[in-house]
Amino acid sequence: MIPSVSKPPVSKSGRRSVSRFFDRAAGYLFISPWLIGFLGFTLLPMAVSFYLSLTRYNVISPPVFVGLKNYAEIFTNDDRFISALQATLVYVFVHVPLKLLFSLAVAMLLYKTGSRIVSVYRALFYLPSIIGGSVAIAVMWRRIFGVDGIVNDFLGRLGLIEYEISWLGQPSTAMGTLILLGIWQFGSPMLIFLAGLKQIPDSYYEAAAIDGCGWWGRLWRITLPLLTPILFFNLLMQLIRAFMCFTEAFIITEGGPMDRTLFYVLYLYQKSFKYFQMGYGCALAWILLAVIGLFTLLVFRSSQYWVFYESKDGAK
Amino acid sequence: MLTTLNRRRFLLKRALYHLVMILFCFVMIYPILWLFSASFKSHQELIHNPGSLLPHPVVLTNYADGWRGFGGTTFKTFIGNSLFVCTLSTVFQVSSSALVAYGFSRIVFRGRKLLFSLMIVTMLLPAQILLIPQYILMNGFGWINTYLPLLVPTLFGLPFFIFMIMQFIQGLPVELDEAAAIDGCNKYSTFFRILLPLLKPALITAVIFSFYWKWQEFLEPMLYLQNVKKYTMPIAMNLFSDPSSVTNWGAIYAMSIVSMIPVFLLFLFFQKYLVEGIATSGLKG
Repeated sequence: MIPSVSKPPVSKSGRRSVSRFFDRAAGYLFISPWLIGFLGFTLLPMAVSFYLSLTRYNVISPPVFVGLKNYAEIFTNDDRFISALQATLVYVFVHVPLKLLFSLAVAMLLYKTGSRIVSVYRALFYLPSIIGGSVAIAVMWRRIFGVDGIVNDFLGRLGLIEYEISWLGQPSTAMGTLILLGIWQFGSPMLIFLAGLKQIPDSYYEAAAIDGCGWWGRLWRITLPLLTPILFFNLLMQLIRAFMCFTEAFIITEGGPMDRTLFYVLYLYQKSFKYFQMGYGCALAWILLAVIGLFTLLVFRSSQYWVFYESKDGAK
Repeated sequence: MLTTLNRRRFLLKRALYHLVMILFCFVMIYPILWLFSASFKSHQELIHNPGSLLPHPVVLTNYADGWRGFGGTTFKTFIGNSLFVCTLSTVFQVSSSALVAYGFSRIVFRGRKLLFSLMIVTMLLPAQILLIPQYILMNGFGWINTYLPLLVPTLFGLPFFIFMIMQFIQGLPVELDEAAAIDGCNKYSTFFRILLPLLKPALITAVIFSFYWKWQEFLEPMLYLQNVKKYTMPIAMNLFSDPSSVTNWGAIYAMSIVSMIPVFLLFLFFQKYLVEGIATSGLKG
């Protein structure tokens, strides 16, 4: 700054200091879109959300501070919160492991087959994932499992059922249809597993074969340990995704029957935008954040016991 | 003798493998095939023989019926709205993400590490947490029933894309930047003239994801758009298929297929980028 100030022509020094500013601030200017968004559309809303969670607020009249009353209400006197938590945890604990297992199995089936047709299989397996989150597919799913849908039609023709089953209307089966829809979209974890499998050097398997290691042994001693970092990533991503499940439940079961599929985000949505209890909704959101944070932390903390990292030089 | 036997066993195994895989693929995409065929079925057939894959007779009226839409608004409007929102938001999101990615990966500045870790944390932050305060914010701006709540947040980049593009930039030699600096390029011209053209594969991947995620976005448009004329495809589909009022399922199936066409096209032409994008995001993370 100082030398440019001492230079005589004012206009030139002005231009130079401007360009200097742009040079110095380049880093901040490049990241400014994210930074502004982070401050204005993440950090500020979070602060607002926390304040609102301590108030009673229905959008029309100004928020009324009530302290921790919303939280107390949620934990002591809200059966639907318990249902929502239950439904979400059942979905997470059943759907995520099944999906990961299934995507790993398919990835192993696709791996190491040299023929070009494998890329066609891969594409077809991935197709449901790319459209699966859409409203159109949810509507289709509702029809497939409807009382007069094709699932009943098939089973009836095969003589497996005598009367039509209300898949979405029965508490025992409604969750199953949503879990099935989730597993059907196994494409991304499958692709990630597949990429992971391809990174395992052939020489490991060859060495194991020489040592008389069978298929099962190779799976447990080479493939799975070397895949654990990938499994870790997939687990984390699918976990968060499963907690966020909304569209499917909103359209297919509408949370029913008897709140059995009232996923947490769906409940949050209903409370905030159907009953306009925004303060209560914010409190629900913070509890969800705490639950997800807890699970994320557990996955991260436990990773040192089950995720196997090769030494740095070995990995590269 | 032994080798021919082995060879035969090998071929048999191979054939069996492909047979199983083809069957498996068929089962997996059966619902999609069914939806496609159902969109060409007559009303009678949908009731009496819903499961078959070959419509008989093939009926095209479903598409014409569905296209008419509801509330005096045709699907042309909904598709137009969706294309408008998705195109703009994709341009915004990918270009802002590329800028941020360059800033984080190639420029040294104070607080870079801290800000970068903050960004990674927000990657894990569920968007639904911010739903209510963002709604209140948008409401305060008077943006309800406009596309601004769907578009403005895309100007700030998406951590997932920023991270993905950063991974890609890391694969480009730093010597490029250094050579550019020697030739008199500043940070800005280095980015726009040297790096940006090289980022094409990563940008294409980001464009595809950005577009199809926005195309399927449901909760936010449902919250912010109130006028039927402004509806995007997903909320239009939801209203169109309201179970309590539907009589013409064929039309709904037809419009379901229409609503998926852009995504199918992306998938068909850019499959390679999609597959690689997913694979690398998982591997290098």
